Amino acid sequence: MVEKTKLLQMYQRMLQIRYFEEKVFELYGQNLVPGTIHLYAGEEAVAVGVCANLRPDDYITSTHRGHGHCIAKDADLGKVMAEILGKKTGYCKGKGGSMHIADFSKGMLGATAVVGAGIPIAAGAGLSIKLRGTDQVVACFFGEGASNQGTFHEGINMAAIWRLPVVFVCENNLYAMGTRQSLVMAIENIADRAVAYGIPSATVDGNDVLAVYEAASEAVNRARKGEGPTLIECKTYRQKGHSRFDPAAYRPKGEVEEWLKRDPISRFKSKLIEMGVLTEQENERLRREAASSVEEAVKFAMESQFPQPEEALEDVYVEGEGASTQ
Amino acid sequence: MNETTVREALREALREEMKRDKTVFLLGEDIGRYWGGAFGVTKGLAEEFGDERVRDTPISESAIVGVGVGAAITGMRPVAEIMFGDLSALAMDQICNQAAKIRYMFGGQASVPLVIRTPFGAGVNIASHHSQSLEAWFMHTPGLYVAVPSTPYDAKGLLKTAIRGSNPVFFVEHKLLYPVKGMIPEEDYTVPFGVADVKREGSDVTIFATLYMVHKALAVAEKLEKEGISAEVVDPRTLSPLDRSTIVKSVKKTGRLVVVTEDCKKAGVSAEIAAIVAEEALDYLDAPVKRVAEPDTPIPFSPPLEQFVIPDEKSIMKAVKETVG
Repeated sequence: MVEKTKLLQMYQRMLQIRYFEEKVFELYGQNLVPGTIHLYAGEEAVAVGVCANLRPDDYITSTHRGHGHCIAKDADLGKVMAEILGKKTGYCKGKGGSMHIADFSKGMLGATAVVGAGIPIAAGAGLSIKLRGTDQVVACFFGEGASNQGTFHEGINMAAIWRLPVVFVCENNLYAMGTRQSLVMAIENIADRAVAYGIPSATVDGNDVLAVYEAASEAVNRARKGEGPTLIECKTYRQKGHSRFDPAAYRPKGEVEEWLKRDPISRFKSKLIEMGVLTEQENERLRREAASSVEEAVKFAMESQFPQPEEALEDVYVEGEGASTQ
Repeated sequence: MNETTVREALREALREEMKRDKTVFLLGEDIGRYWGGAFGVTKGLAEEFGDERVRDTPISESAIVGVGVGAAITGMRPVAEIMFGDLSALAMDQICNQAAKIRYMFGGQASVPLVIRTPFGAGVNIASHHSQSLEAWFMHTPGLYVAVPSTPYDAKGLLKTAIRGSNPVFFVEHKLLYPVKGMIPEEDYTVPFGVADVKREGSDVTIFATLYMVHKALAVAEKLEKEGISAEVVDPRTLSPLDRSTIVKSVKKTGRLVVVTEDCKKAGVSAEIAAIVAEEALDYLDAPVKRVAEPDTPIPFSPPLEQFVIPDEKSIMKAVKETVG
């Protein structure tokens, strides 16, 4: 049974992610966000359910749809927002943007925008843990589309043969951009692929944060004990389109409405009230707190400066190891 | 000083660095106790350091490099071996999009102390998928360093610098160089990146050469001396960082440049060298720059075909004569 404080923390994180993404969408509409955005709204239960099992020194790898992963791993909202707006105070000093946020101080090893590329990198972090002899674990987030990449096969196979402490978390939101899963896979459950690597797997309701939490808890414990990787498939849905201009017209009529009824935040709220953990009054307070933390982040980001143009030339290499290296 | 081969020099660098630093480990296909690497570079290391630190992998180049990246950003110093340089194409995303860009994309938060060793080069009749020289691909990638040793001394010293450094290094070995002998000191030493070595001094013409071509250039220079032509042979040792000043200084002295590389001519390493000299020393040139490189073909199999495309002493000699004459 998960403690009350933890349940409320998880709920608050989910609210923060939702408000954050709504704000990003709003700022995007005001032309304040350069480039593109891939929003996590609707998938909050996955990042939060998994990361609630992690310690600060555990690692995660993330994707182009990564804001939620960062927030779930306790990233500073202001620095995430500043990065999305291209500001110097952002996590990556404006070099990465929405698709490449990292916070190495919190074990957030970065978001890669090459679909599936984070999978072997997560396995590598797992190998590093094994060779250094610590009991950290890695949670590797990717979408169902990534499971068609060669890196999925290569990375999970290597993690399996070496029994690396990695939890592979597939966020199955049904669509790879506009391509429905059934068009590109002859299977319904990505978790079935685990059989090919000889590792345990689970398919869970990815809009039920407690279901995700329980599955991840088991997988994280197994990884921490040195018993190897697990593949968890979380069935979820992105409530917005793939990216900035996508009206998501490829979705059949009624589908979005069906999934909105299964909104992970509303469901968790009802559950918490039912469990006697949350009251409507407390709910209002948490919502206000989450919204105001996002407002502060926006304020920080908006007031921050853009980097100086010449800073584009910095951080390519660790300096001082070129010609002068002895 | 001891006489040793490039193969042994590389192995010694790996052995000494593994002894010195517990975070150094090796991974690659068949590098362990059953084979010791396709070219025998890692032979004996699994026996000495164990299978955990000399790790045989599945045939998964992308994950070999990707796992190396993940380990490198979390405190280890992996040395990944790609069995043949051509196969680096399979790991291109992990090398060029991940290893090379992680530090930059994340605003300098991370460093990627990963070394990727791999053999390039033609001449042993193994055709198009095992013979190319692709160093220009990696020289063209910001965020990577590219080492191109031509001697046992440079191979050992550069590999040590690569392993001890904080940047991802694409470390090129040339298949024909593995048995080549040379002297190396007994004591610990490193060779700095970005410092070219003038392998032979001369005053009439500069021959810029890399990897196995350095030896062909030196042989040509020897013959030229008998004809009264004094050739300077400049070996960059690393293509990135590139020691532009030594190249430019040499050309300013000799007034003539012949660039000899084994990669294809089109948009190849030789093009970059010629461009640098055009930008920085055009007024000093007494003759047009000559490039001796492979034609724009894949590497063919049959011996007469293969020999035709690889730059040889004759073609280098011809280029020098045209430049000097």
